[in-house]
Amino acid sequence: MNETPLLSIESLSVEFGHGDTPYTRVVDEVSLDIAKGEKLALVGESGSGKSVMALSVLQLHDRALSRYASGKILFEGKNLLEYNESEMRKVRGRDIAMIFQEPMTAFNPVYRIGEQLIEPLLLHEGLDRQTARKRVIELLDRTGIIEPHKRIDAFPHMLSGGQRQRAMIAMALACKPKLLIADEPTTALDVTIQVQILELLEDLQRDFGMSVLMITHDLNMVRRFADRICVMQQGRLVEDNDVKGLFDSPKHQYTIHLLNSQPESLGVEDDVIVENDTLLSAQHIKCYFPIKAGFFNKHIGDVKAVDDISLTLGKGETLGIVGESGSGKTTLGMCLLRLQDSEGSIEFDNAELHNKSQRELRSMRRHFQIVFQDPFSSLSPRMTIEQIVGEGLKAHHPELTSKEYYERILKAMNEVGLDKEMLSRYPHEFSGGQRQRIAIARVIILEPKLILLDEPTSALDVSVQKQVLALLRDLQKKHNISYLFITHDLRVIRAMAHRVMVMKNGALVETGLTEDLFKQPKNEYTQKLLSASLYSI
Amino acid sequence: MNDNNFISSERRIWNRFRNNKRGYYSLIIFSVLFILSLFAEVLSNDKPLIVNYQGDYYFPLIKSYTEKTFGGDFDTEPDYVDPYVRKLITEGDNWAWYPLNSFRYDTINYQNTHPNPAPPSAHNLLGTDDRGRDVLARLIYGFRLSVIFALVLTAIGVVLGVIAGAIQGYFGGRLDLFSQRIIEIWASMPELYLLIIFASLFEPSVLLLIILLSLFGWMGLADYVRAEFFKGRNMDYVKAARSLGLSNRMIMWRHLLPNGMTPVITFMPFRISGAILALTSLDFLGLGVPPSTPSLGELLAQGKENIESWWLSLSTFAVLVGTLMLLIFIGEALREAMDTRKGG
Repeated sequence: MNETPLLSIESLSVEFGHGDTPYTRVVDEVSLDIAKGEKLALVGESGSGKSVMALSVLQLHDRALSRYASGKILFEGKNLLEYNESEMRKVRGRDIAMIFQEPMTAFNPVYRIGEQLIEPLLLHEGLDRQTARKRVIELLDRTGIIEPHKRIDAFPHMLSGGQRQRAMIAMALACKPKLLIADEPTTALDVTIQVQILELLEDLQRDFGMSVLMITHDLNMVRRFADRICVMQQGRLVEDNDVKGLFDSPKHQYTIHLLNSQPESLGVEDDVIVENDTLLSAQHIKCYFPIKAGFFNKHIGDVKAVDDISLTLGKGETLGIVGESGSGKTTLGMCLLRLQDSEGSIEFDNAELHNKSQRELRSMRRHFQIVFQDPFSSLSPRMTIEQIVGEGLKAHHPELTSKEYYERILKAMNEVGLDKEMLSRYPHEFSGGQRQRIAIARVIILEPKLILLDEPTSALDVSVQKQVLALLRDLQKKHNISYLFITHDLRVIRAMAHRVMVMKNGALVETGLTEDLFKQPKNEYTQKLLSASLYSI
Repeated sequence: MNDNNFISSERRIWNRFRNNKRGYYSLIIFSVLFILSLFAEVLSNDKPLIVNYQGDYYFPLIKSYTEKTFGGDFDTEPDYVDPYVRKLITEGDNWAWYPLNSFRYDTINYQNTHPNPAPPSAHNLLGTDDRGRDVLARLIYGFRLSVIFALVLTAIGVVLGVIAGAIQGYFGGRLDLFSQRIIEIWASMPELYLLIIFASLFEPSVLLLIILLSLFGWMGLADYVRAEFFKGRNMDYVKAARSLGLSNRMIMWRHLLPNGMTPVITFMPFRISGAILALTSLDFLGLGVPPSTPSLGELLAQGKENIESWWLSLSTFAVLVGTLMLLIFIGEALREAMDTRKGG
């Protein structure tokens, strides 16, 4: 590595703001080099400035709202910050290409895949349409898309998430860039597909001999992939280390903190679950969505979102429901709480739920509650925290005096580790982790027997994730609450659940005690899922 | 940045609104004018506010006295504009305190030396209309009537529109499908013909106009509220509220309505100005309020009849344009203030 690096960022600072408002510094004096053919991973939690760095290299920021306070970005020795828009356009796509996190929104939905892939070839390589089309088919084939000559004329929505990401990679590689910037390329994908995409990237990197700058929040994912890892925290580069060095002997406090944030068992295996003490029992749950076609809406088939699933849940037990997106795990949860119509019988705490009307259910609802995935959309933006937390209490216990009411709110806030000063504030003032705590406080104030946790930690940073899991576990032990824990993250399940249920396409694949299932998965799909999610460990 | 984090979104909207100087001052001017016009009887009236007659105080504005009380000839209420009465109550030690503009909207000035409509003079600051009534007085009362009419119409329209939109958007499905079709049929009814028919069937009155215009005025808003509720009902916080066991009414009132008010509030000033314009044009066409009522539209119609009497059309036009402009400035500022993409 004696030669000059391909990309060299020298004490770069980026600030956001506009008009008279003070500028906020989002990247602070960051320096890093990428050599030719090197795979560098930039790791950090949300708000660490890692994506801003990547966008700075391509100058994709809104120039009116951002400024570069200091530093240089040298690409093959030339400072990209001094380029104007038209010079920059020649660099983008040809020398430096980028793939984005969300493959659905990165493609324009009204154009066919092929047209969007051909565009950079026409622009940068000056090819004619025929040869460009041939090249694109080759590229799609190379990225592992089956029947590329047919897929090239598909619209983005006709491809699955994994296929779209492959097409995205094909587009990025079209002009054989020297540097590929991948901004969380696998975050939006299912685990089995994540592994495939990573392997593809690794493969292509070797073939094309390009450099890759991989941006991610997931340390484990890059362990296999990267040569070198840079860790960012709040706009600063805190550690620059090779992979082995970083995992074996991390230098910076924050890296150690990140490494320790991986979910680890929360002592579920020591719990004694009384076999006969069933809280929830569901038999033959079916939820079909009809497919209708033609002028008269003839019923031509069903989407089997949940297909004949039976389960039981004991008091104080956590049942993990695992599956990839579209496996029907959330729909199953909604059916069990009667928020979605379904067939089958549901018995909760010796009462039948399936034949009750919504009106009859209303007073029972305080016994079974939900915590949602996205803490940003699950709190009404126009209500104060006090109103949000106290809402269920007001509906179910109108007899409380305002003093008792306030005391119950304080108790709930205290239990989830929040301050009482926060009560008069609004949700937008809080971080993701705090919001999720608020959502939990809203639920436990009603002292429920069952909580449905629908991916409660997926939208959170790893270090926060661990705290929230520990909180949930504490509450379970204290109040003997049962959890239905829906997630795609097997590591979280392993830490939290007593028993696990694996779902695929609406049907049950395998079920068993957590450790048994992790150690000796019987079903082929479960094995595939496990090996994919434990890929990097 | 720092202080802003601890204030409610309503407060933030108000701050952004205040930063828009044009809209903010428009709101102040409009409010002052409207509040002043609420006291039109005190500002512009043909009865004195206070009369001191032979050492006693009289309040003709509130109480009615006979002419004989002030030493006149008749047992009826005196015409305080009459120079004879005026002389009686201001002679010697007596004094009378007249309003700033000493005409009511229906006072006919018989003392005018010019034929009606009379041009502006020291007596009638903005002249008189074709029946000898003071234009300034009619403008003040007409402005008040227009604004109150518009506020009432808007309030009814908002309530009806929000309820209709909320029910359609929240429940959706078949209910939404059918009520949408009904609205489409209802909206295609020729409003103006109905007004003409009703104007000939019933005695024209302000109340009748409000009822008729309300029947049609809620539909535009219902669409927007429906869309907001449609969007909102799938949000997680609504699902969370349902799983807390809240009733549909509570969810709509506490969760969806506050988040769906943006189009309602943003459209409010534009709806008010639309209502003022509607009343004015109906009056102009002679389909509006009864002829004795002070109305801007009726003055405009007079201006058209007497095109050479410039003070009729010009002054009414000025009042109308001024009012509508203030409302539109307020609306613009509100729309910008409600735009959450703006910082601050």
